[in-house]
Amino acid sequence: MKKAKEKSLVNCNLNSHKSADIKQRIGFGILRISVLIILVLLAVIIYDIISKGIGVISWEFLSQPPRRGMTEGGIWPAIIGTVFVTMMTAVFAVPVGVFAAIYLNEYAKQGKRTRIIRMAIRNLAGVPSVVYGLFGVALFVRRFAFGTSILSAGLTLGLMTLPVTITASEEALKAVPNSYRHGALALGVSKWHSIKTNVLPHAISGIMTGAILGLSRAAGETAPILFTGAAYSLPRIPSSLSSQFMALPYHLYIMSTQHSNIEMVRPIAYGTALVLISLVLIMNLGAIFIRSKFRNKH
Amino acid sequence: MENLEKKIIVNDLDFYYGDFQALENISLEVPVNKVTAFIGPSGCGKSTFLRTLNRMNDLIAGTKVDGEVLIDSENIYHECVDVVNLRKRIGMVFQDPNPFPKSIYENVAYGPKAHGIKDKDKLDQIVEKSLRQAALWDEVKDRLDKSAMGISGGQQQRLCIARALSVNPDVLLMDEPTSALDPIATAKIEDLIEDLKKEYTIVIVTHSMQQAARISDYTAFFLMGDLIEHSLTQNIFEKPENKKTEDYITGRFG
Ligand SMILES: Nc1ncnc2c1ncn2[C@@H]1O[C@H](COP(=O)(O)OP(=O)(O)OP(=O)(O)O)[C@@H](O)[C@H]1O
Ligand SMILES: [Mg+2]
Repeated sequence: MKKAKEKSLVNCNLNSHKSADIKQRIGFGILRISVLIILVLLAVIIYDIISKGIGVISWEFLSQPPRRGMTEGGIWPAIIGTVFVTMMTAVFAVPVGVFAAIYLNEYAKQGKRTRIIRMAIRNLAGVPSVVYGLFGVALFVRRFAFGTSILSAGLTLGLMTLPVTITASEEALKAVPNSYRHGALALGVSKWHSIKTNVLPHAISGIMTGAILGLSRAAGETAPILFTGAAYSLPRIPSSLSSQFMALPYHLYIMSTQHSNIEMVRPIAYGTALVLISLVLIMNLGAIFIRSKFRNKH
Repeated sequence: MENLEKKIIVNDLDFYYGDFQALENISLEVPVNKVTAFIGPSGCGKSTFLRTLNRMNDLIAGTKVDGEVLIDSENIYHECVDVVNLRKRIGMVFQDPNPFPKSIYENVAYGPKAHGIKDKDKLDQIVEKSLRQAALWDEVKDRLDKSAMGISGGQQQRLCIARALSVNPDVLLMDEPTSALDPIATAKIEDLIEDLKKEYTIVIVTHSMQQAARISDYTAFFLMGDLIEHSLTQNIFEKPENKKTEDYITGRFG
């Protein structure tokens, strides 16, 4: 910083100034355009879905099961199915993810072994979701004999979100200054107590944000639940962890590709997409809310 | 020093960060209820040595200790030693004030609470006593529930001293506790140290020879991981036995 300043003071070459200025403008211009493209795309997608889907949204649509081969009625079982399976995912993935992150960041001896573990976690985040689906069938549905159920689907989605949860939690823990840990340990406080009372409270907002973002992605996935628990059509609400369930993303998939009269149910498909997007949006807003609430506190 | 009761006795201590030997063959005795100062140029191992006394170095990966550190005649590096308990007895104040982002009250109550004291009156008492000992009570008694991050650096450092005192240690280790403070805050902490030595054994690392001369009874001079000279502070500054000590103190004073 300092050097650059000195240079520009001594070296009053107007031309070099100008060219640097132009370069900088071009750089900013490219950045602006990139952001604009993303925003426009997002707006177009959301506008498209809202305009085509809002027409079917009604209390009946939200509170009734599908009728007449899914050409009428609502999507209530799919909404509640997605909510249930996401809760199952959370119950599994959040504690496991957080404890894994605590182990990795606070307890494990840093070295080759932890590097390999972290690399594996990063790579797992890149595995296609359909592969998790197949793995879920082999492990949960068959090996553990949980059958096609909320349990199997939730665990499969949980495995899929674990890398995100672990990585986000670890980042949040890393952001807590070491002086909090050392200050507590120097008082003769046990390590676990210092983590519990002096580290986790400062990491919790980051952890929750990461967890919710992971879950909101899980809520929108089709491939992992396709063979592990999602039902084509099930007018009842799932009654236990071993029930099958309908889910919004799978319902959407059916309505837009598998239905016998796709043109006719198109509005319902858009309505389903709108509900799914809203659900994910609400979860993300929740994450933002948690983040800002905790930030204000400090 | 021979006839004083010894709180800490260090025998032939070597310390390594990985392959790098930071301390070599250190032997030294710290008398009870006195202030012992560690001086020496930057990087000579003062902080490292201080941290071997409450085993905070254990937190750094790849470190190794040889030799023994006796506190009340017990070797703290013996395998049966409970490190958590040890750190309760040997308090520490860090170079940069590091209050927790909690209220002033919670900062001081944190240690006692962690050690199982739940009674509100008891905690109130400890908080008041510790803050009084740290000469901070009058300044903060009306805003105990305010965040500790909102008080001045000098007050934060005294808060950290109060926090260290709250768990009732015998020894107080201080690593350059005034290096981040202005002269007035520094003077307050120096006065405080003077008072505290009646009840505690104090070991202080300092960069300032004036400070060592002002507040310590004994001074140890370190150079490149070696303990060069350790004696009454007066002797070190007035008639050092070792040429290196003399070079150091005259170089800086001159
Ligand atoms: N965590 C560490 N890992 C590796 N080497 C370290 C570590 N901490 C300190 N050292 C090295 O050990 C030596 C002694 O460091 P130490 O911090 O004890 O010096 P010091 O006397 O306290 O210096 P200062 O006056 O600057 O605080 C230095 O050479 C330093 O580079
Ligand atoms: Mg130091």
